[in-house]
Amino acid sequence: MSPSLIHTIPLSGQVINLCAAIMLLLGFAMLSQRRVLTLINLFMLQGLVLFTSTLIVAITTHQNHLLWSAGLTLVLKVIALPYILHRLIRRLSVKWDVDTLLNIPTTMLVGIALVVIAFNVAQPISHLSGTITRATIGIALACVLLAFLMMITRSKAVPQVIAFLAMENGLFFAATSATYGMPMVVELGIALDVMVGMVILGVFFFQIRQQFDSLDIRHMERAKEQ
Amino acid sequence: MRQLLLLDWVLITALGWLAIGLVGVSFPRRLTLISRVLFPLGAIFGLVLALLALSGMVAGTQVRILPLGLPDLPFHVRLDALSGFFLFLLGATAAGISIYTAGYFRKGEGTAPGLQCLLYHIFLTSMAFVMLADDGYAFMVAWETMALSSFFLVTSEHRHAEIRRAGYLYLLVAHIGAVGILLSFGVMAGSAGDYTFDAMRDFSILGFWPTIAFLLALFGFGAKAGLLPLHIWLPEAHPAAPSPVSAMMSGVMLKTAIYGMLRVSFDLLHAQLWWWGILLLLIGLATALFGVIFSAIQTDMKRLLAYSSIENIGLIFVGFGLTLVFKSFLLPHLAALALTATLYHCLNHAFFKSLLFLCTGSVLHATGERNLGKLGGLIHRMPWVTWLALVGVLASAGLPPLNGFVSEWLLLQSFLFTSGLPQGYLNMLLPVVAAAIALIAALAGFAMVKFFGVVFLGQPREEKLSQAHDAGRLERIGLLWLAAGCILLGLFPNVVIALLDPVTRLLVGSGLRDAASSHGWWLLAPISEDRASYSPAIFFGSIALFTPLAYWAVRRYYHGRLKRVPAWDCGFPLQTSRMQDTAEGFGQPIRRIFSPFFKRTREHPSPFDTQPRYRSVVEDPLWYWLYLPIARIVDYGTRLIAFLQQGRIAIYLLYSFVTLLALLVVTRG
Repeated sequence: MSPSLIHTIPLSGQVINLCAAIMLLLGFAMLSQRRVLTLINLFMLQGLVLFTSTLIVAITTHQNHLLWSAGLTLVLKVIALPYILHRLIRRLSVKWDVDTLLNIPTTMLVGIALVVIAFNVAQPISHLSGTITRATIGIALACVLLAFLMMITRSKAVPQVIAFLAMENGLFFAATSATYGMPMVVELGIALDVMVGMVILGVFFFQIRQQFDSLDIRHMERAKEQ
Repeated sequence: MRQLLLLDWVLITALGWLAIGLVGVSFPRRLTLISRVLFPLGAIFGLVLALLALSGMVAGTQVRILPLGLPDLPFHVRLDALSGFFLFLLGATAAGISIYTAGYFRKGEGTAPGLQCLLYHIFLTSMAFVMLADDGYAFMVAWETMALSSFFLVTSEHRHAEIRRAGYLYLLVAHIGAVGILLSFGVMAGSAGDYTFDAMRDFSILGFWPTIAFLLALFGFGAKAGLLPLHIWLPEAHPAAPSPVSAMMSGVMLKTAIYGMLRVSFDLLHAQLWWWGILLLLIGLATALFGVIFSAIQTDMKRLLAYSSIENIGLIFVGFGLTLVFKSFLLPHLAALALTATLYHCLNHAFFKSLLFLCTGSVLHATGERNLGKLGGLIHRMPWVTWLALVGVLASAGLPPLNGFVSEWLLLQSFLFTSGLPQGYLNMLLPVVAAAIALIAALAGFAMVKFFGVVFLGQPREEKLSQAHDAGRLERIGLLWLAAGCILLGLFPNVVIALLDPVTRLLVGSGLRDAASSHGWWLLAPISEDRASYSPAIFFGSIALFTPLAYWAVRRYYHGRLKRVPAWDCGFPLQTSRMQDTAEGFGQPIRRIFSPFFKRTREHPSPFDTQPRYRSVVEDPLWYWLYLPIARIVDYGTRLIAFLQQGRIAIYLLYSFVTLLALLVVTRG
């Protein structure tokens, strides 16, 4: 982006771009983070950034339903889910370091490739979209892909769940930046999905641990049908 | 407040069934409440529905959009003459079966009675909604609810492995069929642009698409109806299910497939091609022949009735095919005749087959035995069931003055007019079909003689049969209702034909009301009096007159000189009840004559065995020719696909990830 172009973007747009950059940075941070507790904190930060950017979009474009979305994000992703996750790992007493299936530097390299792909893919959408946030679509997509990659490379159940939630964050960000958010019904539905998914996975953790005395999902391979 | 239409009352009745089921499931262990209050109430709702549907048949078409379903995708319902007729069939049959079930479920076997009550009433409601649905979406929802609820009813004694297996087979065929129906609606909706039946009606699709829609519908509905070669679930599911459920499935649920087929062929598709009719005719004929031959050699009474249902469905499809042929050659009056015969037979089969299945239920409760080889002589212990079963058996065998005769006679009548068709080959083919139908009717009589004779006549083949007890009061009421239906439908064919007139007018544009009403209620002459006529009242009168006369004469002149000995004694001094003609023995000629139809394994005793055993198993060859090869192919295919199942979550996630990336890149380009 050339310097002259920056001046044509309004302040709100610049803040949103900043938020997007922080989102991406947090995505990489999560990908490289080995400690579960820090991972949860990073997730909370990501939620906060998401909340901020949604709020700014809502205020500058007068999209009232986005205010609701922002509130939902704040309650759910900044307060409720991190709290549940904290409690969960205390109850399960899993504060171990994350061991990954692929070593961290390689994962980061793959992540960079993904960002390139994401930007490339998002280009035509950005051209079509008329929103003030259109430049961030590529970043949002990159966040989704990075979270997905994190889900693949982690071998413990809790980081995978966090990755899943981070992916939802990226999706939400993409929706806000491409079309000023999805219809309220869809958003509520997704929020509910995340909540329910969290509850189910919570139950699931305890079940896995009961069965295998560990939360390592590699034990699940035994459940394969012969 | 809006004026409540007839359709609304029908809907309220159908939902009333659902409410009964919900009350039942709230008190799952209250047997008295369920059997003495809820099921009789359901029977009354059935009667109400039958009456409403009767007036709905003449009241003209009514439509409604229900506030049910998904947002922006509401259920459309519609009551016209066709759905009215099938709702009448449902209501009238359900009334008898429900009141019988009130007595039957008192022992509370298998699934908890409250749950049974819920499933049973969901089953009834969903069948009513199948007949009322006016868009593909509502139809499929109701259709699948029907399949699922009946699946759980079939497997109510799920602790037996073979019952679970039968249920699985049923569910499998039902789902494959549902896919066919869904695709058929998809073809029609794809052209019409909307899933409502109204849109499909208004839009005539072109080219080969109607044929594809028709064939898909035939596959889907054929699977539910039990057409060859998709019939295999029927003889497995019926013995597995509790008898009232068998009665409901055979009597009514199979008819929903006929309803759907009629709806698609005549209402939704515009042009009918003559070879569709010939296809239906031939498949129906093969089904009927196959069903009747297998029914004649069965040794399990419910299996025998299940095969007999296959046969009747075959006959119904023969009539259906003939209707299509006449319709496509623009002969509306003959089409109306054939369609009347088809619909009439649907109604008759609903009554007499439900009656027979309920009778087997009573026998099963009284003796705990389904095997014909271990029954016999029940006429002394269970006179009510025996005499009512006799009515059903006579109707099923197609003997006057009962209802089975009327519809088969009408069907044969409609065949006699095929010489007027403008197609040389058809003129030669159709008389052969008519002859085959006569053969089928005769074999059906044979099977019914076997059923009745072996179960009820002769001497008890087992000790425990002497403890058998007759049906209870509520069960008797249910049986009496259905038997009365069989008799009345046989005695007043003109009334029934006049009632069917709006349906045939709706579907083929002509009716038999004039022919039915021109000769008074006692003489039926569908085309003209000098060609063929049938007067059930005279038949009934002469039977009523001559039977006592013959009875008196025999007693007076014949019995006077004889002493009374056990039945089938043949003058042998030493005999046991095991020496009576058995089900296997009775069916032996049929097994011989039609041996190419069967796959048979036998064990003969050698002359030196001290404990000789004879065993003969007759199986359906289609299992080996068709189903097992398909199962092997599916098994092989799944083994190939199982390679994908690595058991590691990371790899599964990688699959989605790669797919996502590939899709993104492809759509980008």
